[in-house]
Amino acid sequence: MSFTPDEVMTVAAARKLTDRTVCFVGIGLPSTAANLARLTHAPRTVLVYESGTIGSKPATLPLSIGDGELAETADAVVPVPEIFNYWLQGGRIDVGFLGAAQIDRHGNLNSTVIGDYERPKVRLPGGGGAPEIAAMAKAVIVIIRQSQRAFVERIHFRSSVPGSGAMVVITDLGELRLDRDHRELVLTRTHPGVSVEQVWSETGWDLRVAGDLAETEPPSDDELRVLRRLKSAPEEATA
Amino acid sequence: MAELLRLDEAVRELVHDGDSVALEGFTHLIPFAAGHEIARQRRRDLTLIRMTPDLIYDQLIGMACARKLIFSWGGNPGVGSLHRFRDAVEQGWPAPLELEEHSHAGMANRYAAGAANLPFAVLRGYVGTDLMERSETVAPVTCPFTGETLIAVPAIRPDVGIVHGQRADREGNVQLWGIIGVQKEIVLASARSLVTVEEVVDELEPRPGAIVLPTWCITAVAEAPHGAHPSYAHDYYDRDNGFYQRWDAISRDRDRFRAWMEENVG
Repeated sequence: MSFTPDEVMTVAAARKLTDRTVCFVGIGLPSTAANLARLTHAPRTVLVYESGTIGSKPATLPLSIGDGELAETADAVVPVPEIFNYWLQGGRIDVGFLGAAQIDRHGNLNSTVIGDYERPKVRLPGGGGAPEIAAMAKAVIVIIRQSQRAFVERIHFRSSVPGSGAMVVITDLGELRLDRDHRELVLTRTHPGVSVEQVWSETGWDLRVAGDLAETEPPSDDELRVLRRLKSAPEEATA
Repeated sequence: MAELLRLDEAVRELVHDGDSVALEGFTHLIPFAAGHEIARQRRRDLTLIRMTPDLIYDQLIGMACARKLIFSWGGNPGVGSLHRFRDAVEQGWPAPLELEEHSHAGMANRYAAGAANLPFAVLRGYVGTDLMERSETVAPVTCPFTGETLIAVPAIRPDVGIVHGQRADREGNVQLWGIIGVQKEIVLASARSLVTVEEVVDELEPRPGAIVLPTWCITAVAEAPHGAHPSYAHDYYDRDNGFYQRWDAISRDRDRFRAWMEENVG
């Protein structure tokens, strides 16, 4: 089956989750990737949503992080102060998923403003759960489309900064890892048919490339079928 | 004892120009009917407090009810921007909007501190972010036992806290269930509180996972069937995701937004 850059990005992110991983999920691509993992190779992945649902097992992708199905299918529903204090800050989250509008070479993320904070060109939603997720999850997966606008030398606002855990960045072109020694993102994989030159041309800094650069295994038919079924469901539900 | 009032009476009595007001409900049980009543009564200069401003504050901001917003995530969940919020911040329309911006964890802890009658809450968070540098309401604090540096955020004590719940009895005891968010915290943290409910019943039957807000910690209860729409009330009606998607086009244009409010809210 042929596939789009967004599909290979989502599949690559899903593959990062091993079975029984406890995963703090944001809405959009992170939720899609985590549910794809749960419905393919990692059936016992535990999905935690910031609305306080622990162990949600939605059959269709929710539009928000608090859709009713997330509560109905959860193992437990807890208050919002508890989800952040006991479960995230308490060190119970293996993987936190984040998106952003901008990322810099150190893995700092901006989801707050484009331009000056006081007089923004574009006011974005803001940090939400991200500052604490980035700092406190044992590992962080960032999903972000790669472009000169997003991969910038200087982000306009630091909404979240990496904590002591591992950080992997999955894009529509490849995969990057935060190198702890140099506190800098390194390209570790390119997706099928993508060249390093292409990744460089969509990156706003001089991106380092790992010595053992690998290529992403193409999405399997099974992964694509499950992903497309997941993606089609919300539109059917709200048509 | 909570007074059982009509919604318009309750808002008239509890919400005044210039008040700090928190209408909470984390995706679920958002008190839209109460928000619409505030817009109808043309309240002004409010400090609006809410973790996720959502459509309810997009509407109040666009109707020029707000002077300041205290929040942590201002988007239309799963859809994109809150256009009235953006217009106020980017263009100052219909009025400039002062921002006090936090993370979700910070806001949740500020509410919990308010409910617990503490001046501030302690958490690990914010470190290294521009939220910390930008804000006068985030500060380092030293643990007196270990010497560790932690982060303090001040309690939020709104003048008025407003939430929605599934049902109340005739004494004004409120029962709510599903995603319970920060409903309890905001009622207990606020000087005055209003709870709107889907229905008032003779007796509250126990339900697994439900919490009860006793009548004596609530100022007023008002019946507002379908009062959380387009958000939802678990076991009553589902989230109207289609409306959240349609709001993007309705709210994008100033005139279309005002016309929609005129026609649907008044």
